[in-house]
Amino acid sequence: MNKNIKFIQGNDVCVEAALYAGIEFFAGYPITPSTEIAEQMASRLPQLGGKFLQMEDEISSLCAIIGASLTGHKAMTATSGPGFSLMQEALGYAVMAEIPCVIVNVMRGGPSTGLPTHAGQGDVNQARYGTHGDHSIIALTASNHQDIFRMTVEAFNFAETYRTPVILLLDEVTGHLRERIEIPEPGNITLVKRLRTAVKSGIDYRPYLPREDGRLPMSDFGDEHRYNVTGLYHDMWGFPSDNPKIVYGLIRHLVDKIENNSHQIARFRKYHVKDADVLLISYGASARSALHLVENRRSRGEKLGLLELQTLWPFPCEIVREVCKNVKFTVVVEMNMGQVLQQVKLAVDMPEKIFLANRIDGELITPTDIRNILRVIQGKGV
Amino acid sequence: MEKSRLLFSGSGGQGVITAAILMAEAAVRYESLNAVQAQSYGAEARGGATRSDVIIWDKPIYFPRVTQANVLICLTQAAFNKYQEMIRPGGLLVTDSRLVKNSRKVDARRIELPFYEAVMDTIKKPVVLNICMLGAVIAVTELVRIESIKSLIAERFAEEFHETNFQAVDLGVELVRQFQSK
Repeated sequence: MNKNIKFIQGNDVCVEAALYAGIEFFAGYPITPSTEIAEQMASRLPQLGGKFLQMEDEISSLCAIIGASLTGHKAMTATSGPGFSLMQEALGYAVMAEIPCVIVNVMRGGPSTGLPTHAGQGDVNQARYGTHGDHSIIALTASNHQDIFRMTVEAFNFAETYRTPVILLLDEVTGHLRERIEIPEPGNITLVKRLRTAVKSGIDYRPYLPREDGRLPMSDFGDEHRYNVTGLYHDMWGFPSDNPKIVYGLIRHLVDKIENNSHQIARFRKYHVKDADVLLISYGASARSALHLVENRRSRGEKLGLLELQTLWPFPCEIVREVCKNVKFTVVVEMNMGQVLQQVKLAVDMPEKIFLANRIDGELITPTDIRNILRVIQGKGV
Repeated sequence: MEKSRLLFSGSGGQGVITAAILMAEAAVRYESLNAVQAQSYGAEARGGATRSDVIIWDKPIYFPRVTQANVLICLTQAAFNKYQEMIRPGGLLVTDSRLVKNSRKVDARRIELPFYEAVMDTIKKPVVLNICMLGAVIAVTELVRIESIKSLIAERFAEEFHETNFQAVDLGVELVRQFQSK
């Protein structure tokens, strides 16, 4: 029997993957349906020499992992919609101060406390636009356990590569579902290490002076170098500045470092896309139902395909435009009122050929729900 | 193999979810099959009728919910009343003969077994009712081997509870044998 094969919840998979990625610090405030992540972290992380802190709320949770990350440790927090709302201020701070960290949002029905124990995917736009001011963000998602593992590790890697907070949008269905996962052997997935400055102790270190490749080497806060970190616009020393040239340069940098690399950040899966007449675009738990329908209809000769998005932000416009080009129409399958639908419509040449199949009642959308929408579009009636 | 969709139901605290997890985990880790397990979560899981969905197949499983069950297991009348409509015509219905008094006719192969009485008579510990039911479900569906479920119980449960649970599994198997030889 293969010891690496486990039968666990998606939330537990996220924990295993974070440990694989080298997490050393977790601070959080447990909230359904993400609670198992904090629960597992509390028992697993200290065994491996890491630190777990239960905080008084989600504001302090994100602030704590920002601090931990600055001192040189990979850090993560996990929450759901209401907690993610509280984190928006600190999220902006992490964006502005360029502090790598991973924020897991196991989505439930919203707004407000909404539907704690039911499924939803309503936080896609919040992940992108929840914090104020122009900025860019990376948000990933996954539909099955093997991919939850992969995307959690990717979240840590992207956070380090781009010095940015990364949001992992899971959902109640995959978070609580138990299924097979094979934990990869150490070394099978490349891990991105913290890029540390080569500037020696006693020599001035400029925390926001990029290398030629644009990356900013970090120095563990409180260790060899003294420097300033602020949410204000700042110069290469980290000190506040309202110099228009510096302000302009910084905001362009914050946006460009992500948007200019969107093709490298794009993660997706294509199923039967090549010869598809009709295309589904989906992500997270909804993509499971979409794939169920696609495989089922393919076995009956219907040319249905699926593009499963794993990177939601930056939105992979070019990939979406490409796959939608040759199909009769596209149906976006999601559990909200069309948040990814709007992005798909913006990405394609003919937005009138993009339709929505959704559920907003807290229940997982079923293959039959999607099929019924397809029949309506095709004029076949339900 | 056919895709097997099982719905375990009962009331919170009877251990139907534990039984469902054991069955699905045994299928994945000991039989190299695919399985998914999900459970109702929320107010209904605290007191009323609780359910756990298990799908077992040798192919990839995408949609993880049971909408029509091949096998429906009910350990309370409330669970039977709530979920009996979800059984596929010609499916298999497993109930406890003391806890569920079937009032309506269901289009299914019905296996009524005296789990509760048998457990109280021989093991005298109601806590293993779920494991006795699990033994019976495995005996009748043959989706995983009895040895697999025992190995998993040995892995999962503290050693002092192994023997009682093994007895409960065997008792479930025996109840099915007696039922089928009637």
